[in-house]
Amino acid sequence: MRDFIIPDDAYVPASTADMGTPPSRATTTVTLTVDGMPVTVPSGTSVMRAAAEAGIAIPKLCATDSMAAIGSCRLCLVEVEGMRGTPASCTTPVAEGMVVHTESELIRKLRRGVMELYVSDHPRDLLTSPANGLDEVQDMAAAVGLREVRYTPGENHVAPCMANGEANPRFREPDRSNPYFTYDPALCIVCMRCVRACDEIQGTFALTVQGRGFESRIVAGQDQPFLNSDCVSCGACVQACPTGSLLENSVAEIGVPERTVITTCAYCGVGCNFEAQMRGDQVVRMVPWKHGKANHGHSCVKGRFAWGYANHGERILSPMVREKITDPWRETTWEEAITFAADRLKAIQQEHGIDSVGVITSSRCTNEETYLVQKLARAVLRTNNTDTCARVCHSPTGYGLKTTFGTSAGTHDFDSVDFCDVALVIGANPTDAHPVFASRLRKRLREGAKLIVVDPRRIDLLETPHLGEAHHLSIKPGTNVAVLTAMAHVIVTEGLVSTEFIRERCDWDEYLDYAEFLSDPRHSPEATEAATGVPPEALRAAARLYATGGNGAIYYGLGVTEHAQGSTAVMAIANLAMLTGNIGKPGTGVNPLRGQNNVQGSCDMGSFPHELPGYRHITDPVARDIYERAWGVPVPEEPGLRIPNMFDAAVAGAFRGLYCQGEDILQSDPDSSHVAAALSAMDCVIVQDLFLNETATYAHVFLPGSTFLEKDGTFTNAERRINPVRKVMAPKNGYGDWEITQLLANALGAGWSYTHPSQIMDEIAATTPSFAGVSFDLLDAVGSVQWPCNEDAPLGTPMMHGTGFVRGKGKFVHTEYVASDERTGPRFPLLLTTGRILSQYNVGAQTRRTANTVWHDEDLLEIHPHDAEERGIRSGDWVRLASRAGATTLRALVTARVAPGVVYTTFHHPTTQANVVTTDSSDWATNCPEYKVTAVQVMPSNGPSEWQEDYAERAEASRRVLPLEAAE
Amino acid sequence: MTETEIRARVAEAIAAQAGREGPLLPMLHAIQEAVGHVPDEAVPMLADAMQTTTAEIHGVISFYHDFKRAPQGRHRLRLCRAESCQAVGAAALHDEVRERIGLDWGETTPDGRLTLEAVYCLGLCACGPAAMLDDRPLGRVDAEGLAAAVAEVR
Repeated sequence: MRDFIIPDDAYVPASTADMGTPPSRATTTVTLTVDGMPVTVPSGTSVMRAAAEAGIAIPKLCATDSMAAIGSCRLCLVEVEGMRGTPASCTTPVAEGMVVHTESELIRKLRRGVMELYVSDHPRDLLTSPANGLDEVQDMAAAVGLREVRYTPGENHVAPCMANGEANPRFREPDRSNPYFTYDPALCIVCMRCVRACDEIQGTFALTVQGRGFESRIVAGQDQPFLNSDCVSCGACVQACPTGSLLENSVAEIGVPERTVITTCAYCGVGCNFEAQMRGDQVVRMVPWKHGKANHGHSCVKGRFAWGYANHGERILSPMVREKITDPWRETTWEEAITFAADRLKAIQQEHGIDSVGVITSSRCTNEETYLVQKLARAVLRTNNTDTCARVCHSPTGYGLKTTFGTSAGTHDFDSVDFCDVALVIGANPTDAHPVFASRLRKRLREGAKLIVVDPRRIDLLETPHLGEAHHLSIKPGTNVAVLTAMAHVIVTEGLVSTEFIRERCDWDEYLDYAEFLSDPRHSPEATEAATGVPPEALRAAARLYATGGNGAIYYGLGVTEHAQGSTAVMAIANLAMLTGNIGKPGTGVNPLRGQNNVQGSCDMGSFPHELPGYRHITDPVARDIYERAWGVPVPEEPGLRIPNMFDAAVAGAFRGLYCQGEDILQSDPDSSHVAAALSAMDCVIVQDLFLNETATYAHVFLPGSTFLEKDGTFTNAERRINPVRKVMAPKNGYGDWEITQLLANALGAGWSYTHPSQIMDEIAATTPSFAGVSFDLLDAVGSVQWPCNEDAPLGTPMMHGTGFVRGKGKFVHTEYVASDERTGPRFPLLLTTGRILSQYNVGAQTRRTANTVWHDEDLLEIHPHDAEERGIRSGDWVRLASRAGATTLRALVTARVAPGVVYTTFHHPTTQANVVTTDSSDWATNCPEYKVTAVQVMPSNGPSEWQEDYAERAEASRRVLPLEAAE
Repeated sequence: MTETEIRARVAEAIAAQAGREGPLLPMLHAIQEAVGHVPDEAVPMLADAMQTTTAEIHGVISFYHDFKRAPQGRHRLRLCRAESCQAVGAAALHDEVRERIGLDWGETTPDGRLTLEAVYCLGLCACGPAAMLDDRPLGRVDAEGLAAAVAEVR
């Protein structure tokens, strides 16, 4: 006799078996007997799940373990001794001493009767249907031993024509409006799994059951095509569908997958684990992995569907070089391209000095690749001129949280959101930029947690269906620090401070000093209203709620960091958490939502010019010594150039060579004209990317990169989770990105001999205390770990600062609001702020090359009706958007989502190039650009700006490629 | 009724019921009362008022036969098709009535004056075949009597 106990969290089950209903969180257990076998499970577990734990699969159609049971399909009936009738096992909770029989003559008869009805209105011949092999109706008919169907022919939803040859009015053509999946109503059994997945898991509530009885149909919206409804194409319904009624088009095109590799999505900082389901070396579909600890089986439209860019016709697969950036590209061999690049870098260093070259590491590549690129700079080029795109997004997070708490990272894991009572979301738009996290937050909000949003724009989170109490502080762009300090003022002056926490965990004298600073009336909401635009009563209510509403969790994004006072705002956030004791327990914390898949990792890996891996300062002799021993070369002591400094130095002629891996600095960095001037002034720009991106317009060497499907490695997500990335196919370009960096390093004389990324991780672990316990073997065994992972925490650290801050005592830093230099005036009377949209990602290099463009094929300028009317602008009009840095044109969308005086756009499309307009204003501590505030003017326009015309011409000329043969 | 008028009436009906517990069904009844049916454009307005989505509202409306999505006739004749009435010959009667007034189930006369509906029990089982013309219950009806009653209101 075996005894079954549900394993604890640390266990990674290899099985993908559907347990029927979600696990119970209860800590007390119950023992029952299922088919003579004793089973021990947490109380609250369903009989169906208890049976599954014992290895007994009860037939089912409407139940699945990702959503609550509804007991609708009547197939999972069981007999329970002493209980009347035949209860549905999915909705019947276990009880102590219960005796369950899952099979009996009566149950078999009932199940066959139910299946016979299902099959009577279901296509019988599935041999040539795309759903063949995936239809659980087939499986269940087999499981219950259905041998005959007496109800045929008759009224049905299946046949296009009736017996008399007339069109069947109940038949509906499949809905093919979504580019990635098809809804075929003929296969639908109305089990409502899709509706429940959309409601419970995704939280969009886009689907419903229309009608009743035999007329019941699953429809989107008001019986609309999926594409025109509220559907956000997350794929949860497709994953939940048991019949293939909702099915990925790729399965219909390629066939049912034959093997599965667990890997990690390469889009945002949520870091969802996926099953890459394969046929041969072809990806059939990406399905979110139910045991993924960041996503728990959920996904968004990008990770789930937008991976086709790997096979896009514009992907470059051969290395290319050219003498001058005005020449056409010449395709060449890897050997020549690498030698060309290495020779140029060497020549530049000889002529202009060691520090005349530098590297930019990628937040899109793996930890191992990032580590190698900074190692190339430090150990081979012998310069600290290394930086990463985190410079332009979350560098203030690194600085601010390191100063206050002692660690440059978020404090909690995403699971913590399940315990929060008040979510304070500042300068983030999770439903678009971190959709899977947003779904988890929305679930918690539906359970009753309260929401405070601090944002100039009315973000979609505020439109969450069935949202309860919510506060929106609609601030003027650039006044975060004033608002956060005013909230702290309210908390201190109204006596809402958690004195006990501060006495125990923070420096009391520093607190007293900060409290005195805060108590000054100039920080009161009444005094700051003029600057912030937030009504004092609204601000006071929000501050009181955060301080007294139970577990308060702060989630923030680039709307906090990308400001002149970005670092100050991060510290103001940390102060709020410390003042109220909202740190160190589940459901609280300070959590940056990081933009790119591995932006946390690229910072961890020593990409910054002043930091070695693990955030050890470059001037720290102990840390330098570790690397000097490991690398066998002296490590330069002086911090190197940051990205903006590189540009400035390039324009001045001192910085002449750049190796830029997987980042499109021209499109993503502010003040595009300045970036373009810097790049054109260099002697050697080496771009490593999948596509001829905008930066490549100014490059001399193009090294084709590999996708996340073509290499092994790790990504680190926003919760410090090190997730495995697995090679599922050979690199189409010939090499993984780490191999290309190694080729370049060796051409520069490095003599590296890595044969697998696991060796690079071993080197990282051996030299970085917070990664000491990390290895590919460990990741294989446990799925993923959150750093610090070392002797003290062999399985990682889900929550930091649990009993004490990493730096010792939490530090309060004064947060004086200083108005941005970017302010409105007569010439530029509006404030531009920028953001993201769900279907596109960052500069769009990948998502623009997928069918995601059906949702967003151009950047639009959102403008308030009042400002639009003043200027005679209507939705759809072309408008010129100008700042002191430059001008661009795009189309307007008139909407009250933005406040009067504020305009908003995205930067996904290179034809728009919103960053032509953004300026060189940046964070005082870290130089993070102030993307979120630019003073602008908007006026009607007829066509593209001069920059757009010049640039389009230049980009087109620059993308000419001479094929290999023609060059000879 | 112009679209603006319809919207105004819908908004008024929604506002009148707001603040009730479980206000959706009262809102739908109020809209149908004010407009004559529940127009599609009411669905997003209801979704806003209820902090939910159009799909959920649509699901509720389509579940209830009595909520109409399109304009109905000014008068409504409902014929009971449930068991008791069937037992006293309702089926044959209904064939005759449909023939006489030229309407099938759910149809409205071209002049918009009469809609014919099926109903499944009016609680008048003791005096079937039963029918209901607008708010007036009718017992032991025959084709002649129904035609006369209909002619009276048309």
